[in-house]
Amino acid sequence: MSAHIWALSGVLAITVTTFLVGWRASRLASTTQDFLVARRTVRSRRNAAAVSGEYLSAASFLGVAGLVLKDGADALWYPVGFTAGYLALMLFVAAPLRRSGAYTVPDFCEARLGSRALRGLAAVFVVFIGILYVVPQLQAAGLALSNVVPGAPTWWGAAGVAIVVIVNVFGGGMRAITVVQAFQYWFKLFAIAAPTFVLCVVFIGKGGLQSSEMTGLAEELPPTFTSAATMTVQTPVLLQVDETVKFAARGTIDDDPVDGSVYWTAGETHEVDAGTTLSFSQGSSVPVVAGAPVDNANWFAPVSTRDDLFATYSLILALFLGTMGLPHVLVRFYTNPDGRAARRTTLHVLVLLSLFYLFPIMLGALSRLYTPELLVTGRTDTAVLLLPTKIAPGLLGEILGAITTAGAFAAFLSTSSGLVVSVSGVLSTDVLRGRVRDFRFATAVAGGVPLALAIALRQSDISLTVGMSFALAASTFSPILVLGVWWRKLTWVGAVAGIVVGGGLVLTALVISTISGLTGDWAPGVIDQPALITVPAAFLTVILVSKMTPAKIPSDVAQIRLRMHAPDGLGLTRDRAVASFGTAEERSRLADGRHRK
Amino acid sequence: MSKHTAGPGREEQGGRRAYSDPPSKTRRKRVVLADSRAPVTRLRTVVELEEQTSYGEELVRQLIREQLKDATLAWGTVVLIFLALPALFFLVPQLSEVTVAGVGLPWLALGLLPFPLLFVAGYWYNHRAERHERAFVAMVEK
Repeated sequence: MSAHIWALSGVLAITVTTFLVGWRASRLASTTQDFLVARRTVRSRRNAAAVSGEYLSAASFLGVAGLVLKDGADALWYPVGFTAGYLALMLFVAAPLRRSGAYTVPDFCEARLGSRALRGLAAVFVVFIGILYVVPQLQAAGLALSNVVPGAPTWWGAAGVAIVVIVNVFGGGMRAITVVQAFQYWFKLFAIAAPTFVLCVVFIGKGGLQSSEMTGLAEELPPTFTSAATMTVQTPVLLQVDETVKFAARGTIDDDPVDGSVYWTAGETHEVDAGTTLSFSQGSSVPVVAGAPVDNANWFAPVSTRDDLFATYSLILALFLGTMGLPHVLVRFYTNPDGRAARRTTLHVLVLLSLFYLFPIMLGALSRLYTPELLVTGRTDTAVLLLPTKIAPGLLGEILGAITTAGAFAAFLSTSSGLVVSVSGVLSTDVLRGRVRDFRFATAVAGGVPLALAIALRQSDISLTVGMSFALAASTFSPILVLGVWWRKLTWVGAVAGIVVGGGLVLTALVISTISGLTGDWAPGVIDQPALITVPAAFLTVILVSKMTPAKIPSDVAQIRLRMHAPDGLGLTRDRAVASFGTAEERSRLADGRHRK
Repeated sequence: MSKHTAGPGREEQGGRRAYSDPPSKTRRKRVVLADSRAPVTRLRTVVELEEQTSYGEELVRQLIREQLKDATLAWGTVVLIFLALPALFFLVPQLSEVTVAGVGLPWLALGLLPFPLLFVAGYWYNHRAERHERAFVAMVEK
């Protein structure tokens, strides 16, 4: 029981600290510009920490380790792709986008292509992607909290996180959030690195892989239970076994009630209903959720089938190009003082993210040895939270578990805050009139809607849902950003067609995959990760339609391109947020002055 | 800018008072008609850039082309290496069995190697892009 008390106090501590840091910073925030873009005065080191803090979501903190536990080497593409997305962002959009002076994606669309219609369409997609990304964060919060407080309904965690985020954003908008995010990055790094170090020391101290009867990670055998384990399945799962296994069960298996010992022979697949309790003895092999690699050799090696290869490439494409289109990532770049700083910030971000992702990978591999029961219940996302108490029983494990739980909550809070800020930024400037009051109203909407969805929708793997939002961003905004920055002949008609085709295809895939998930998983792999088809389709559509409508090339395109690409020192940048919401003094400076450095 | 616009105004008031007072009490006042620190003439090439003369446009086009070339080169290299990895492990499954210092090759190739690679590509591009920009500014302000 004391483990739960430790973890709960960890969660409370991080929540209160987030509040305090945000509240201290929010006293400085007063104007619309503070709320939207932190007045663009954030230095590149701190901004890099803030970008990373905002970016490391539940998918990174819990999801990566969970997927490594389940899928092995193939899952390594997630951390690589999450990081590589920033390289694409840096190479193709960071500096020009910052210099364009646009403060949201829809604003960039209007600034570059001069179309209100395109701006409206882009705003719709920003809000949609934002919500699609917040929902899994809130669901993960529910999952983590039900882990800490046994018996708590999952909506408690979701509601708690949503309320903290709304109140925090309400108070200070972007200005407060920047400080909070920078703090959260360092906290998350600590919360994952410290337990990993200690657990590795304990693991090696126990003799490492050679010590016990556990299956080596590369052997052609399924994982085994290192101690007797009893678990209750909370959502219906389909399990497969590779080796004959005997265990005790109480509940419903294959639609028949069971109470007593059960015998499964190799190669079979069984359906276990919710509420069923399974007890395995020490050393017995572990049944695995259907679709995941069954034996450790398969888990250890990357892609082995043609379908895997396709899915891997599709995932790579979505993650590499999706990052630049995520609303909370782009908004954050506007807080850099100029284009050069935007590029430097991204370089720092690459370092910070690389540093972080080493640890969930290691924890994922360790959890294959120590928490194989998660493969049975299907709740692999909780691996990071459960591992400490498994490897180091006693007080040490409890404290480490409390640290990882607090880190997970930091992840939920920071990513949701960033998304809520950017979605409400778009809502308040594109739908409402852009006053501080409108921003606050939009915040309540941007936090409340995902909360309702998180409670209503079925939960799936965090990283998979997040993978879908990356695919959507990659198929809608990334063609417009990349081509908008580098290609002179882009027209608003082409951009609209690209968003409609790319976005439409991904949304269709999303609907089909949801239906197939509810009716027995019949959809092929393309549907679950459609980027390999939708991204090229979107790029092609944009290019072809733009070529067909050369008359729609904006007349001031040369001027805009000059502004985006000319070095900062020449002082050609115009900040659009200043033009719309700045004080009279700031606007006059914009009108007559070149603020040369 | 506000500092400078407020400056002359105050001086003017002071001046008016000076006329009403006896001449003996007046102190010499410095009247600022224009801020000497503001650039007197704007740089000719910057004007050319902004006014979209063919020369200015050609300059910008060249800069964009250079930046895009470097970006594509860095991106192409990284993406080519990454795309080759899954295919390599698919076509030569024996590679998965190689271990280096106790860690499997696929885990090193996918879990460790990409991160330094990404940083090196980013660092190289950042360096090149800043150099192009410095060269551009130097040329414009010549």
